[in-house]
Formats: sequence, C-alpha cells, structure tokens
Amino acid sequence: MKIHKMTIEEIKQGLEDKKITAEELVGTYINRIKKLDGKVGAFLTLQEEEALNAAQKIDEKIQKGLDIGPLGGVPVAIKDNICMKGVKTTCASKMLEDFIPPYDATVIEKLKDAGAVIIGKVNMDEFAMGSSTENSYFKKTKNPWDLSKVPGGSSGGSAASVAAGFTPIALGSDTGGSIRQPAAFCGTVGLKPTYGLVSRYGLIAFGSSLDQIGPITKTVKDCAVGLLAIQGHDPMDSTSVQHEVEKDYLDEIEKGVKGFKIGVPKEFFMEGLDKEIGRAIRKSMERLEGMGAEVEEFSLPIEDSGLSAYYIISSAEASSNLARYDGVRYGYRSKDFDDFEELIVKTRTEGFGNEVKRRIMLGTYVLSSGYYDAYYKKAMKYRKKIQKSYREAFEKYDLILGPTSPILPFTVGEKINNPLEMYLADIYTVNVNLAGLPAISMPCGFSNTKLPIGLQLIGDHFTEKKLLRAAYALEQELGVCNEVPSLGEEE
Amino acid sequence: MGLETIIGLEIHVELDTKSKIFCSCSTEFGAKPNENTCPICIGLPGTLPVLNEEVVNLAIKAGTALNCNINMINKTDRKNYFYPDLPKAYQISQYDMPICTGGWIEIESGGKTKKVGITRIHIEEDAGKLIHLEDEPFTLVDYNRTGVPLIEIVTEPDLRSSEEAVAFLKALKSILEYAEISDCRMEQGSLRCDANISVREIGQKDFNTKVEIKNLNSFKEVAKALEKEERRQKELYNFGEGHKIKQETRKWDAGKGRTVSMRSKEDAHDYRYFPEPDLPPVTIKEELINKIKKTLPELASEKAKRFSQEYKLNEKDIDILISSKEIADYFETVVSLGSEPKEASNWITVELLRVMKQTEVIPVKAEQLAGLIKLVDKGTISRSAAKEVFDELVSSDKDPEEIVKKRGLSQISSSDQLEEIIDSVLNQNSQAVEDYKNGKGKAIGFLIGQIMKETKGKANPNIAREILLEKLK
Repeated sequence: MKIHKMTIEEIKQGLEDKKITAEELVGTYINRIKKLDGKVGAFLTLQEEEALNAAQKIDEKIQKGLDIGPLGGVPVAIKDNICMKGVKTTCASKMLEDFIPPYDATVIEKLKDAGAVIIGKVNMDEFAMGSSTENSYFKKTKNPWDLSKVPGGSSGGSAASVAAGFTPIALGSDTGGSIRQPAAFCGTVGLKPTYGLVSRYGLIAFGSSLDQIGPITKTVKDCAVGLLAIQGHDPMDSTSVQHEVEKDYLDEIEKGVKGFKIGVPKEFFMEGLDKEIGRAIRKSMERLEGMGAEVEEFSLPIEDSGLSAYYIISSAEASSNLARYDGVRYGYRSKDFDDFEELIVKTRTEGFGNEVKRRIMLGTYVLSSGYYDAYYKKAMKYRKKIQKSYREAFEKYDLILGPTSPILPFTVGEKINNPLEMYLADIYTVNVNLAGLPAISMPCGFSNTKLPIGLQLIGDHFTEKKLLRAAYALEQELGVCNEVPSLGEEE
Repeated sequence: MGLETIIGLEIHVELDTKSKIFCSCSTEFGAKPNENTCPICIGLPGTLPVLNEEVVNLAIKAGTALNCNINMINKTDRKNYFYPDLPKAYQISQYDMPICTGGWIEIESGGKTKKVGITRIHIEEDAGKLIHLEDEPFTLVDYNRTGVPLIEIVTEPDLRSSEEAVAFLKALKSILEYAEISDCRMEQGSLRCDANISVREIGQKDFNTKVEIKNLNSFKEVAKALEKEERRQKELYNFGEGHKIKQETRKWDAGKGRTVSMRSKEDAHDYRYFPEPDLPPVTIKEELINKIKKTLPELASEKAKRFSQEYKLNEKDIDILISSKEIADYFETVVSLGSEPKEASNWITVELLRVMKQTEVIPVKAEQLAGLIKLVDKGTISRSAAKEVFDELVSSDKDPEEIVKKRGLSQISSSDQLEEIIDSVLNQNSQAVEDYKNGKGKAIGFLIGQIMKETKGKANPNIAREILLEKLK
C-alpha cells in the first residue's frame, strides 16, 4: 500500500481497520514532503510537530473506539490566504511575511471539527492574483507532472501538493478560476462551490463578491467529502447563505448520468483553444452520451466580455480590500519615512509585487469619479447579463460542460512578462464566479507530452450534488485519476 | 442690495447601542486605549462585518422621529481613503441608497416657527482617534471608537442664519435624546456638526458657491463660526469680489475664533464609493417600521403642551424642565411621589440644575427631593434649612429627615415656645417696638431677625411673624 497514493476513503478504511495509525500516516506524508518538496516547492510552512500531535490524538480516539470524524486523521494542506490561529498566513506576499492571525478561519475550525490534520500552508500567487503561482514573493511552485511547467494558479501550491502525493486533500480559493485552473494543470479534482455555500470568514479577501474556498483532491468522492466538511451557514459571514440545500453529496454519487441534459457552449471551441484539449473534451462528450446523458451544443455568447468584466470587478474590490496594508498596524512597514503619506507609499511600493500593484492601479482607476460609469458600472451590468444567460441555459440543461483552461500547463517564465496572455488563461472560469455558480474541474486525459487536461462541469446555484454525481460518473468511465507523477523517484 | 445666508448642516450622531456596528465590542466611552477592539473592528485580514440589527432599528427610529421615508431596501457602500485612524482604509457607509430620505422638523427661531427639510439619514461606522503627543516624533492611535455606529443626518439648505442653525441643532438634539437614539453629548463627540454656508442676493434662485466648515464642537462654536464665515462671504460680495469665494473646506479654530482653509475642491478626496460586497442589501419589513413607530416616546414639543395643561407651569420653567428628557422624567417622578408641581419645578430649575453644572448625573434621588419638599410643606424645617439639607443630599444617600434630626434643623412651630421667646425679645428691644408703633414698618424685620437669632434660625418665620404682629397690636 503506497500511502501517498491513498484516497480519503482508503485512509479512513485503513485507520478503522487498524492497518495503519494516524501517526504513521501523517509521518509518512511529512517525510515525503521533506524529501521531495525541494523539487516541487508547494509548502511555505510545514506544521510537523502540531500535525503529529493531532495525529496522536486521533489514534487515542481510535483506541477508545470514539468517532474520529469524516476527515479523521486525514492530512490537509491549506492555501496561505486562509487564516490559522498562531500560524503565519502570508498570502505569499512580503507585505504579510510575518503576519500571524489571532483567529482561525471558519473552514479551519470546521476541518478541525471533522478530525482533519492540518499539515501546513502552501504557496500561491501573491494575494491570489495570477494563474501560475509565479507571483509568489517566496518561491515558484513547479508542476509535479513536469517540473519545468507551472502548476497553474493562484492555488498552485494546493494543486501541486495533492498531485505530488504530499496530502490527499488541500484547500484552495477561487476568485476567477484559482481552484479549477491549477487543478486542471496538475491533473487533480478541484471544486469551486456556489457563492455563499462556504464561509469566507478568515479568507484574506481578494474579490469579496467572487471569492470562494473549495477542496482540491485526487478523486471526485474525496472532493465531495471535503466539501461536506467545510460548507454550511456561518453567522460570521453575512454572504454565507442559510439556504436549505441538498448536502448528502455522497448518497447518490454512484447513480450515473442517465437522463442528464448537458449543454456545451459552442463558443468554448473557438480560436485560442489548444487542439489536444479540444479533442479530449469532445471525447468526454461522446463518453457521456454513451453513458446515457443527452449532450448538446448551444450558444452562450458571453465569454470574451466576461473576462473584461471580471478583471474590472475583481480589481476594483481588490483595490479596496488591499488598502488596509498601510504599515500602521501589522505586516511590512518601510524603514524610513517622514510622514504618514510617505509611510503608506513606501510600505506599499516595497511590500507588494508587480501583479498586485497592477491590479490595485486598475481597480483604483475603474472606481475613480469620471470613470466609474464607463467601467465599474458597465461591468456590473454585464455581470447581470451573464447571470441571466446562465439562468436561461439552466432552464434547458442540468449541467454545462467545457474545458477548464484553453491551454496546457506552460513553461515557468513563459508568460510572466505578458499579463494579458496570462489573463486569457482564465477565459473559461471567470464567468462562473461572476454568476456565483458551482463548477468542478476534473482530469479528462493527458496531452502527448504527458501533461494533464482538465474538464469543467458547471452547475446551477446549489446543485453541487448533481455536479459531483456527473463528475464521478465520468471519472469512473475515463479512469484517469489513479496516476501520481514520479517526481524522478523510483516507484 | 440685500444678501441672504444659506446654511445646510451635516450632523453625525453616535447611536446608543451596547455593541459596535459590525462586531460585538462594547461602545462604552472612557475605556482604556484599544481595550474595546477585536480583529473585526481593527480590520485584520480575513475578517468580515456583520451588521448590528439594533443600528438599523435606531436609524429607523430616528427616521420616524424626523418624519422621513424609511427605504425598505437600502444598501451599504465603501468610502475609500487612507488614514491611520481608519483600519480598513475604507469606511462602511451608505452612498446612493440611504436608509431614510425626505423628512423635516419644526424649529422656533426669532419668534417664528419654520419647517427645516431633512435630505437623508444614513448609517455608517465611526473611525478611531489619533493622539499627537507634543515633543514626540510619533502619533498614537486609539481604535476604541472604530466601528461605533453613527447616523449622518443631512439637512436641506433651509437655514437662513446662525440662530436658525443653532435652533435646529437644539431641536434635533432634544428629539434624539427623547427618542433614546443617542445621548447627544457634544463634549464626548457623540454629536458632531459640519456646516455648509453660502450667501446670495435676496430673490436669486440659484445657490452660490458654498464653503464647508468642520470642527464645530458646541452650539456656541457653531454660532460663532457661522457668523464669522457669513461676514467674510458677505463682505466679499458687497465688495464685488464674490467670485473669490472658492468651494473649499475650512476648519474652525475655536481658540483663534476664525476659520482656516483645510482643502480646496481640487484637493477633495475621491472616495471611490462602491457597493460593499461583504454585506447584502438591508431589507426592512413594514411590520418592523410600525413596531418601532409605536415605541417612539412623547417628544419634547408634546411634553411641553402636556406640562402646561397638567401641571400649570409657566413657559420658562417648562422650557428648562424639558430641555433634557432625564430632567423631565425626574420632575414627573418627584411629582408622582406627592410633591406640588410648582414646588418641585422650583427646586429642580434652581437648586438641582445649579449643582448639576458640575456633575453630569442627577445627584439627588427623586425620593430624597420629594421627602425634602414634604418637610418644608409640613413646616418641619425652614426654607433656608431645607437648602442646607439639599446641599448635603447632593453627596449623600441619607433620608432628608435623618439629616434634619442629625443637624437639629427642625423649626420651632409651637406657639407657646415661640411666645415666650418673642416676649423676651420685645422686652429687650423697646426702641424697635417704639419705632414700629411710630409707623416705621422696617422695625418688624429687625424684630424677626432678633427672634431668629435667639432661636438660632429655628423659629418658623410665618408663625413667629403672626404672633409678633398680634403682640404689637
């Protein structure tokens, strides 16, 4: 039994049958991280001692025959923009290099309640802005399938950690594709929940009306288990919904897709889509049809402008959310300054990276008097239109299918100096956030160069159950989730 | 050419809630620096605001008391600017959809009553406080006030003089205090006022350039600053230099008694307002508005009418009594304990308010004052002795009767005892008796004085006078 290849389901079984202890399990993962993360660069903070202590407590519970919770003993990696009490939470920024929150994010509390063992904090693009994890102040994370490629972003550390077998599950955050795109690049499953399903309390804000925390796992079932543990109404987050939704994600997950109507927007196959990705998606469409789903192409003419609306709205919110980093109370502070203005200007000039500055400037500009109507207001109108287009589409279809990313994982450094090209990597994912919908990215094959290809399924609001059921069926049919990259090691 | 002054006010009022607007920290004034703070109100990364329902309720109450429309759907917005006392670098406020719009209140100024329009009321959070220490190269920040709930009340440009502005503020303060929306303590900053002022020719329809004046910390300062600015603008106009009045913000320097330019229109902040994504729109149900309307207490103007009818008090006394709800309630308690209204009113308006110049709280319990009034009424003690007892009550929880006993202040009201004393006084002062009989009325005062001296002030003066006059017949 290769521990690093185990799914959550297998880990639970192993612990219950006492074939392995939680301490052995966590210890094995930690050793693997220590041995191999030098190559991948996923982790920013490793919580070795705390994780082993937590594992021992799980073992004690097992000894006493007590319930260890749905994630009992399961190691989890946390994206470094999710606050953990007493643990550095940096957003991969110089600005928060030494920031230690005095509180746990709600999802952290929920993970602990579910028995999960938090093993460390993982790398990301600074303040979750980017699609390659190259914007981290600390280090670049590599794609475990090909160490010369990026893992995607901004949750690149989370996806790489799961792909490399460092943890069976990681939490990421998704503002415009930051869970799904790295999940696709790393051959893992990543789910962005419906806006409001998972509490944002303790998630360091980027675009508040778009941000959602979600799980990245090896399999669809694990993804369902992870989502179940972190979702739910939170009185600390006014945008978290008290909606009564079907949360028994696992109950009918094996029931197949027979009778599901799946729509595929024609626009997804236009210029700019990698041919190999296009072929893999079409192959999956055929397989779904073969399984009894009704698959149909239709027109959803919103893709291009969605990208502009997304960058305007997310940057506007970011310019305000990131204004608090002024060097007054916490975080980085410039060394010499003569007055308050100079303190702010120098602190922010020295503390933020280029991509963050670019978005703050863009966001400040679109909210400025005289430009507000032409940019922000127009983008908000467009957002309404996108919501309407999806609403209409979901009157006809159960799910919408397409590629997660138009391109395969690219080489480290290839796009870092071309922000516009980098932004295009989000073209299939951003509209989902603008509409607040749930979407899952799952592996659907490999390129000739052995790079993972991701497929995205989008559901209507709060239809995660259906989404997971369809993804599970396709995953079983394609049988692509069983591999782990070798990382140059002898198996 | 006649000029008229146009004034509009913006008033910030701290709401009387126990906890802050977006977290559960206490709003209590006077805590140690940064004691009333938490990760949410100091805006630590990852924290989120949750709107305190009580803030919405009080804003609805204010809107109802000021005859406004309550907007069933309103929303919060972010007002973005950098300042060390603003930990998120944005203030959560309301921009284009405030909670209340279009109200009015009636004011009295210069013998006339007048309706003043209320443009809007919106809810927002307060900022912290900077403390600059002299001879220190740093500034300290106290975030206790950060997140204390405020309403901002904006008036129409309906006021025509500094007197009207002050009359408006007094009327507003009284309404907000009576409705228990705010304690309106200007000296603690729980009521703050900014003013917009311009002048124009009488009959002119359009407004001229206005100037905003900040830092007005008392009604007196409001009046002084507005008069000063009015004079500056009028003089410029009369000189044909009206165009020199620039749209700007001026700060009132109370010490120097003048306004100083703070920033011009060109330097004005661009606050980049946009809808607050962390809070859903505020939706208000009709039932809630009706429920709050029912809890609205009797306001000052209604109380004045009732006091006049029920207690037959004169206008001057009523004005003093209703100037604060606390005092008005106190008065009614004393009366309900059996005191005669006029008598209770006199004690409160003269003695109680005299000692209250030094203290904020009412220092004498209603039961104590009612007891004291009863002792005077029964003739147990003299009025002058009663004042002595009152002064002790200010710093004591004792029963007035106990103090009278302890100090031996009971009056001599028994005729037998008094007759004996008066006889001896008359014997010793034959000259005065002679004078009185020769028509010198003043002599009676001298004789009473002698009686008081003999009894160490304990003689009941009314009875003593009666006996004296009888004996001199």
